[in-house]
Amino acid sequence: MTGLTVLIPIALSLGLLGLAAFFWALGSGQFDDSDGAAARILIDDDE
Amino acid sequence: MASQALIPPATDTETDIGTTQISLFAVPGMHCAGCIGKIENGLARTPGIASARVNLSAKRVTIQHDPTLSPPDLRAAIAALGFEAEPLADPGVDVAAAENRMLIRALAVAGFAAMNIMLLSVSVWSGAEGGTRQMFHWLSALIALPTVAYAGRPFFRSAWAAVRQGRTNMDVPISIGVALTTGMSVYETLIGGEDAWFDGAVMLLFFLLAGRCLDSLMRGRARAGVAALLKQSAPGAMLLDDSGQSRWVAASALRPGMMMLVAAGERLAADGRVMEGDSGIDIAFLTGESAPVRVRPGDLVQAGALNIDGPIRVVVTAAGPDTVIADIARLMEEAAQGKSRYVRLADRAARYYAPSVHLLSALSFAGWMIAGAGAHQSLLIAVAVLLITCPCALGLAVPAAQIVACGALMKHGVLVKDGSALERLAEVDEALFDKTGTLTLGRPVPRDLAGLAAEDRAVVLALVQGSRHPLSVALRQALEGEGIVPAALTDLREQAGEGMTGRLGDEAVALGRPRSLITLFDLAAEYRRGDRAVLLRFTDALRPDAVETLADLRAMGLKTLIASGDRPEALTEIARQTATTAIGHLRPQDKLALIERLRASGHRVLMVGDGLNDGPALAAGHASMAPASASDASQLAADAVFLGDRLAPVAMAVRAARRTVRVVKQNFALAIGYNIFAVPLAIAGHVTPLVAAVAMSTSSLIVIANALRLKGAAR
Repeated sequence: MTGLTVLIPIALSLGLLGLAAFFWALGSGQFDDSDGAAARILIDDDE
Repeated sequence: MASQALIPPATDTETDIGTTQISLFAVPGMHCAGCIGKIENGLARTPGIASARVNLSAKRVTIQHDPTLSPPDLRAAIAALGFEAEPLADPGVDVAAAENRMLIRALAVAGFAAMNIMLLSVSVWSGAEGGTRQMFHWLSALIALPTVAYAGRPFFRSAWAAVRQGRTNMDVPISIGVALTTGMSVYETLIGGEDAWFDGAVMLLFFLLAGRCLDSLMRGRARAGVAALLKQSAPGAMLLDDSGQSRWVAASALRPGMMMLVAAGERLAADGRVMEGDSGIDIAFLTGESAPVRVRPGDLVQAGALNIDGPIRVVVTAAGPDTVIADIARLMEEAAQGKSRYVRLADRAARYYAPSVHLLSALSFAGWMIAGAGAHQSLLIAVAVLLITCPCALGLAVPAAQIVACGALMKHGVLVKDGSALERLAEVDEALFDKTGTLTLGRPVPRDLAGLAAEDRAVVLALVQGSRHPLSVALRQALEGEGIVPAALTDLREQAGEGMTGRLGDEAVALGRPRSLITLFDLAAEYRRGDRAVLLRFTDALRPDAVETLADLRAMGLKTLIASGDRPEALTEIARQTATTAIGHLRPQDKLALIERLRASGHRVLMVGDGLNDGPALAAGHASMAPASASDASQLAADAVFLGDRLAPVAMAVRAARRTVRVVKQNFALAIGYNIFAVPLAIAGHVTPLVAAVAMSTSSLIVIANALRLKGAAR
C-alpha cells in the first residue's frame, strides 16, 4: 500500500513527460514535413 | 470559399523579420532528396538569399532573403536551378492546419488520460476496495476533469452551435453523454460509491477524437496537394512611374491608370489595356483554349494571363475585386451555396439517432423510478444507457471508411478534398463533361515526329528547352518522354513571335512559325536546318482512354453529356467517337443553367471540367472533378482533382465513392446491431464500467476493421 504512494506519482509523471515531449515535438514542427524528413537522410553533403 | 485564393489577399506575400523577409513559393516539381539538396544549396549560394528551407510534403520552399529581392527575382533564381515556381500568398493564415493541430493535441491528451485512468480502473475492477478504491477514484477524477474540459472542447463547441440554431448533430448526444457521465462519476466519488465511469467518458473522447483527426487529416492532405498544384495569379507587378523608374508593387496596391511592365513568362496582376509591345498571351485559365492569343497596343488583357513572347506595357483598367477573374469567382461562390446545404450521412443518421437515444435514456430513468429503484439508482442506469449508446462507433464509422478510401484514391492520382465530397460523388446519376482540356488533353500534342531524324530530335529539344511557348513545351515533353538527350547548340536565341534560333557547329538551326504553309485549324511549327525545313503539326488530342471511360460510366448507370463552349462543328467528331450527345456554344452562365435544369428534373450531376468558364458549373454540380491541368479556380471549386493524362480516374472515383458509402452503411448497421445487444443490458442495469469499456472498444475495432477493407477500393 505504501508502495502505491510512490509508484503512482512516478507512473503519472512519466506519462506526463511523454505528453510534454509530444507537445514539444508538435510545436517545433517535427511533423510538418514527414516526406522531407525521409528524403533528407539521402542528401550527400559533400557535393 | 472559392474566391479566397483567387483574389490575392490584402496582405503582402512577405512578412518582415528584422532586415530579411520571408517569401513562400510553391514548387510542384520537387519529389526527391536530390531536388531538396539542389534547391536549398543552390538558393543559399544566390546573393541576397539568407536561407531556404524545403517542405517536401507541401511542395513548398520558404526563402529568407534581402528585402530588395522581389518575387520575380526569387522565381528566376529557382528557375535557374531547373524548377518552376509560383509565389504563394500569406503563409501565416492556415486555418485548416491550426484546427488539425488542435485536434491532435486534444487526441494526445485524451490518449494519455485514457491509458492512465484505465490503469487505475483495472485495479478497481480486480478487487480494490475501501480506501484504495476511493483514492483511485479521486485520482481518476483528477486526471479526467481537466481532460474532459480540454479534449471535449471540439464536441461541446459544435454541439452548442447546432443547438443554438435549433438543429441537432452527432455532437449533441456525445456532449450530453460525456458531460452527464463525468458529472455522475464525480458525484459517485464524492459519496464514496462503488462505480465511477471516468474511464468510459475519457475513452469515448479518445475514440471520437481519433475519428475527427482522421477526417481533418484527410482534408488537410488533399488541400496541401491542391495548393501545391495551384498557380496563383500574380502577387504583384513591376510598375513604371512618370519619371521612368520601375518598382515592384503588390497586387492589392494596384490602381487603375498605373502602368505595368510585364516581362515574358510573367502573369498579369490586374486587368488592363496594352499600351506598348506585341506579344502572345496564354489565357487558357479563362477560355480553356491552349493556343496563345496575340495582343497588340489597344487590346485588353486580363489578370492572371501569362505573357509568353515579349515584354509589354499595360495600363491598369481594373484591379483586385473588379477584375474579370474576381467576377467569375463571385459567380462561383453563389453557385456553391447549394452544395453547402448538403447534409452529411453521419448528420442525417444523427437526426434520428440523437432523439431516440435521449428518449430511451429518459424512459429507462422513468421506468426504474416507477419500479421503485430510487432516484440515485435510476439516474445511474440512465447514465449507463447514455454512455453505452454514445455514437462511438458511429463517430469512427464514417471518417475511418472515408480516409481509407481517400488514401487508396490518392495513390491512384485522385485528390478528394473531403469526406462529404466522397458521399456526394456516390450519389451522382448524370455526368456532364467539358470538352477542351477535359475530354481532350487541352494542350497541343505533336501529331507525329516521324519526319525528324534522331539527330534532329536532339537539336529540336535543345531549341525548345528554354522556351515557355506552349508548342515548345509540348515538344519538350514529347521528346523528353522519348529519352532524347539535347544537342549542344551555340548562339541560342528566342525572338518574340518568330521562334528560336541557334547554331549546331557551323550550321544554322531554327524552330519557328511555318513559312511554307498557313493552316487555319491546325497548330504547326517549322523546324529548319540549313536549307531543309520540316513541318511539325500539333493537335489537341482526345485523352487516351476517354472513350472507354465514358462507356464505363454509362455501364455504371450514369448518363453522359458533353457541354462545351466550342463551335458545334468542332464537337461532332468527339460526340461520334464517344457516342455521347454534345451541346455547343455554351457560355459559363449557360452551363450553370443547364445544371440547374438537370437538377430541377431530379438528376444529381457530376460536373467534370477544367477551364475557368466551367468554374460556376463545377461549383453548382452535386459533385465535381477537375484535371490537375485545370485553371486554379476550377481546382478550387472541384470536389476532387485527378492527375495525369488519363480520364479513367473519374470512373474509378465514382466506383470507389459508391463502395465507401456501402461500407459506411455497413458500419452504421454494425453500430446499431451493437446497440440492440447492449442497450437492453444497460436498461436492465447490468452494465458496469467494465462492460461499457469492453463493449466500446470492441465495437470501435470492428468498424475500423471493416473500413480497412476499402484499401483496394480504387481499381
